[in-house]
Amino acid sequence: MLGKLTWGAIPFDQPIPLIAGGLVGVGLLCLLALVVLKGWFPYVWREWITSVDHKRIGVMYTLLAMTMLLRGFTDAIMMRTQQALAFRAPGYLPPEHYDQIFAAHGTMMIFFVAMPFMIGLMNFVVPLQLGIRDVAFPTLNSVGFWLTATGALLANISLVVGEFSRATWLPFPPLSELAYSPGVGVDYYLWAIEISGAGTLVSGINLVTTILKMHAPGMTYFRMPIFCWTTLASNLLIVAAFPLLTATLAMLLLDRYLGFHFFTNEGGGNVMMFMNLIWAWGHPEIYILILPAFGIYSEVISTFSRKPIFGYRSMVAATMAICLLSFTVWLHHFFTMGAGADVNAVFGIASSIIAVPTGVKLFNWMFTLFGGRIVFAPPMLWSMGFLVTFIIGGMTGVLLAVPPADFVLHNSLFLVAHFHNVLIGGLLFGAFAGYTFWFPKAFGFRLHEGLGKAAFWCWFIGFYVAFMPLYVLGLMGMTRRMQHYDVPEWHPWLLIAAAGAVIILAGIVLQIVQLVVSFRRRDELRDVTGDPWNGRSLEWSTASPPPAFNFAVLPQVGGLDAYWAMKQPGEHTKEPAYADIEMPVNSPTGFICAFFATFMGFALIWHIWWLAILSAAGAYATFVVFAWRDRDEYTIPAATVAYLDRTNRRAREAAPVSITAAP
Amino acid sequence: MSASQAATAVSHSDAVLVTRRIIAGYGFWIFLLSDIIMFSAFFAAYAVLSAQTAGGPSGKDLFNLTNVAIETACLLLSSFTCGLASIGARTKNSLWFYGAMTATFFLGAAFLGLEIREFAGLVARGAGPARSAFLSSFFTLVGCHGLHVTAGLLWLLTMMAQVLAKGYRPDIQRRILCFGLFWHTLDIIWVALFTVVYLLGVAQ
Amino acid sequence: MIAKPDGFLNSDRGNRRTGRGLAIRTAAAIAPLCLAACQSALLDPKGVIGLAEKTILIDSLAIMLAIVVPTIVATLGFAWWYRASNTKARYRPAFVYSGRLELVVWSIPLLVIILLGGVIWIGAHQLDPAKPLASDAPPLQVQVVSLDWKWLFIYPDQQIASVNRLVIPAGVPVHFTLTSASVMNAFFIPRLGSMIYTMNRMTTQLNLRADAPGTFQGLSSDYSGDGFAGMHFEVRSLPGDQFADWIDTARKSGPALDPSSYMALAQQSFATPPFTYRTADAGLFGKIVSQQLPPGPGPHAGLPDVTVSSRTAN
Repeated sequence: MLGKLTWGAIPFDQPIPLIAGGLVGVGLLCLLALVVLKGWFPYVWREWITSVDHKRIGVMYTLLAMTMLLRGFTDAIMMRTQQALAFRAPGYLPPEHYDQIFAAHGTMMIFFVAMPFMIGLMNFVVPLQLGIRDVAFPTLNSVGFWLTATGALLANISLVVGEFSRATWLPFPPLSELAYSPGVGVDYYLWAIEISGAGTLVSGINLVTTILKMHAPGMTYFRMPIFCWTTLASNLLIVAAFPLLTATLAMLLLDRYLGFHFFTNEGGGNVMMFMNLIWAWGHPEIYILILPAFGIYSEVISTFSRKPIFGYRSMVAATMAICLLSFTVWLHHFFTMGAGADVNAVFGIASSIIAVPTGVKLFNWMFTLFGGRIVFAPPMLWSMGFLVTFIIGGMTGVLLAVPPADFVLHNSLFLVAHFHNVLIGGLLFGAFAGYTFWFPKAFGFRLHEGLGKAAFWCWFIGFYVAFMPLYVLGLMGMTRRMQHYDVPEWHPWLLIAAAGAVIILAGIVLQIVQLVVSFRRRDELRDVTGDPWNGRSLEWSTASPPPAFNFAVLPQVGGLDAYWAMKQPGEHTKEPAYADIEMPVNSPTGFICAFFATFMGFALIWHIWWLAILSAAGAYATFVVFAWRDRDEYTIPAATVAYLDRTNRRAREAAPVSITAAP
Repeated sequence: MSASQAATAVSHSDAVLVTRRIIAGYGFWIFLLSDIIMFSAFFAAYAVLSAQTAGGPSGKDLFNLTNVAIETACLLLSSFTCGLASIGARTKNSLWFYGAMTATFFLGAAFLGLEIREFAGLVARGAGPARSAFLSSFFTLVGCHGLHVTAGLLWLLTMMAQVLAKGYRPDIQRRILCFGLFWHTLDIIWVALFTVVYLLGVAQ
Repeated sequence: MIAKPDGFLNSDRGNRRTGRGLAIRTAAAIAPLCLAACQSALLDPKGVIGLAEKTILIDSLAIMLAIVVPTIVATLGFAWWYRASNTKARYRPAFVYSGRLELVVWSIPLLVIILLGGVIWIGAHQLDPAKPLASDAPPLQVQVVSLDWKWLFIYPDQQIASVNRLVIPAGVPVHFTLTSASVMNAFFIPRLGSMIYTMNRMTTQLNLRADAPGTFQGLSSDYSGDGFAGMHFEVRSLPGDQFADWIDTARKSGPALDPSSYMALAQQSFATPPFTYRTADAGLFGKIVSQQLPPGPGPHAGLPDVTVSSRTAN
């Protein structure tokens, strides 16, 4: 009846996951009880869960990412303390637990922190920057989000029911095959990623279609903000790369569930094929994540330097060059597999060529600063932290692309330091820059600036303290994923690294405090104009938070930095003629579909076949019901539109800080 | 939404300078491209593993080109009838639409039946997917296409039911457009599959 | 020969912390960090390959630092000078394009990468792991098998084998042929250079040389499961005559390595102490690669069928 699921799957003998899972469970129940008892449920259901508004979905993606960041960071701090303690000692985490933790850390951080954070920001910002009212497929957008949430949920359920994968964040066979990983851990990983991967693909298709086919009048491709370009590049990569991940993991699933021989030792399977296929997705994935961050930095640096971005066309060319080149370099992830010298050399050179467009971007940001009038608000601090840190990470990355250097640095802590250098210093700083930059747009009040700066410095210093020692350890020959070690020279450096993790923890605590304090003081931090940073692109031309329809009338775009042009003296915009606006109606399709997907994933993990079939039928039925609906848009009357727009116009005109003051 | 409202209101998608039909078709094309990329991974796996028979039978021992020829004929013909159904839907000619959709369904079902028969025969001969890496990749590649056809048939029936219940509404027209694109793409993939797997397999 | 080497293998599970140990650790923690360079296996290599790789590493780093350091300095400098509160800085909102600067901006990284591309091409060819080392002496042949979770070194010409200890003659090139009995691993001796993967049903090639006698650590540098952290080995580079003595001693004691003892060795085990086999079946390595000897079994071999998780196995 319940497949492999028995009481034995719940770790009654292991306090750490049980207590952690219990606390999370109790917390969720309390939250649910609060929502129901306070009578908030109808609001949450109507305005958030069933919302197809790209802004709401973007906010929910970001919230998911920040929640999962806490989970992933908990894993990180456990690994750092284990390695600090495990010198000639077993530490407090036995291998079978430690191995789950580093696998979970990587999986969480890439799939359920980095991806939703970036997709959330893209979802929120891009339609506003393009001057349109929603994405191309609003309901599908909701489906994409909820499927991502399903994946995150399944991966977290493994904490208390069964186990998580012990085969690293990319399940390399034959270790991940049934023969060497007979538990359900790898199955949890596979179904979580297959389901959330489908959600990501849907979101990618949606954003590509939106950017290529939907613009405000006059918003030609070469008038789009850089963030729209990087979003386009990133989502083109999603569309081209995620099917490879789906297919590769499907092959592994077939191996594990039906005895196929894609990657097994027996039957003619080929593990090298897995390496090639997974990194053919994996390397573009890195650019899927970093490109939107590059876009955020471009917006932030230009805004806070009070200048248009330097070398716009170069930036676009560099973005698209990175997009193309990212598919030509996957082999550098396994130079040590023993491919010939020619192959290694070609892929080494191809990999280092990516440094050219990336270097161009760095120089362009540098020249954007030149001649600017720079304000160091928190988003700008994150960007400055990025500029310095990312150069170092990029340099060590190119070093790893030199095959003979990689022969001694591969899989070492030097590599770990490198990719955290680009992921934290590049991606996460970008996510935080975007979060602090667009937060007032989303909620109508700013985040507390002092706490934001303090959080930045903790993260910045904590990063260097935590990861510079790992570069040294890599040069000492320490390899990654060690549960214990006996080399005395390594120990002091691991202690320093653990201290760095504690400093980062302080940064995270400060960010949580910042959120709470800002919420309580929201009236004094209120942004009434919709333009708190003296912004340049169209998202700042509407109210904060923007109305459901984004723009009362679609803006007319005449060039780059469209809103900056509108703000110039002499550009008096007359009140437009307001009309009724039709917006897509809310739909629970995404949520219900994800509900069934959760049960289906869980049932497949535990071999509860009847439930899997039932859930699949349920998901299909959900879509049929969706397809049968008769009304897909509702009308916002012109009077409402006019009222909202006039309120915002008055606030803007009354605002003391006038943009026209800029020389 | 009444017709008079539609005339005065500004739809959210009017933000765009193109019609919703174009957006739907464009988005679905992008999905199909991603689907083709997924197939390309299975093709690549087949190419890598097709010689790894682990002492078991090879394609030359197993493939029956007559069967495959009939399958191909069914599928290509179904693409033609699917095209007729699209025209029927556009001109709102129910006789053409239902007739052509029914024909498409039966041709697709015949294709699927032949494929299942082929698979069952292979498994009965001890040449199932767990026999060797070659057979794993063969069953996955061909089976994945078969699953797409199955999903297509389900979609086809749903579309017929929807037209019956709701008529030729614009949103249903868009879905019929997407279904047509999907069905033709399955044909394109089959042509590649037929060549790479069966023709080259027998020629080895 | 089973004597424990200095500090590397002796405490896989549960060495109790002593007060003295704590004091030593504290001392180590505050020891001058400049020691790190000498302690660094990669910056203080003991073999010709490692030396060449260190050179490439440092050269590449120097090429890039030449451009990275000025860029960081300029970025911080611009940011500081053009801060909004600096009234002396000239605001140039129209400075958004310069053809000359664009040319410079594209050509600087391009030139760096062209230079580095040369290093990559030459380095990848000169230091190809499969390339034999130039030497008068014929290389010592060693066949390496990674097992769960230990290393088997077979000396086909000497017809002996060793587990978790690799003994090689100093100054003589060693040609390794590597495979895996079960999952993937990577064979790595940081002080000697290049690592290489081991994979079941496949062989990889690696050529290394220790320039002088010494004891180094070797390890698996590709995660392979629960016993991975204990999967290290000791490398002893001996002068020629001592190496011959070691061979003679090894031939006199220990079990024989044949298919049946190999199958016993292939069972999963943690932190196996080093030992030697007095004889080794000459065709054994070939049989492992061709799977005439089946791949190593996974966990719970011989136990009731446990397919849920590690927890229920206990």
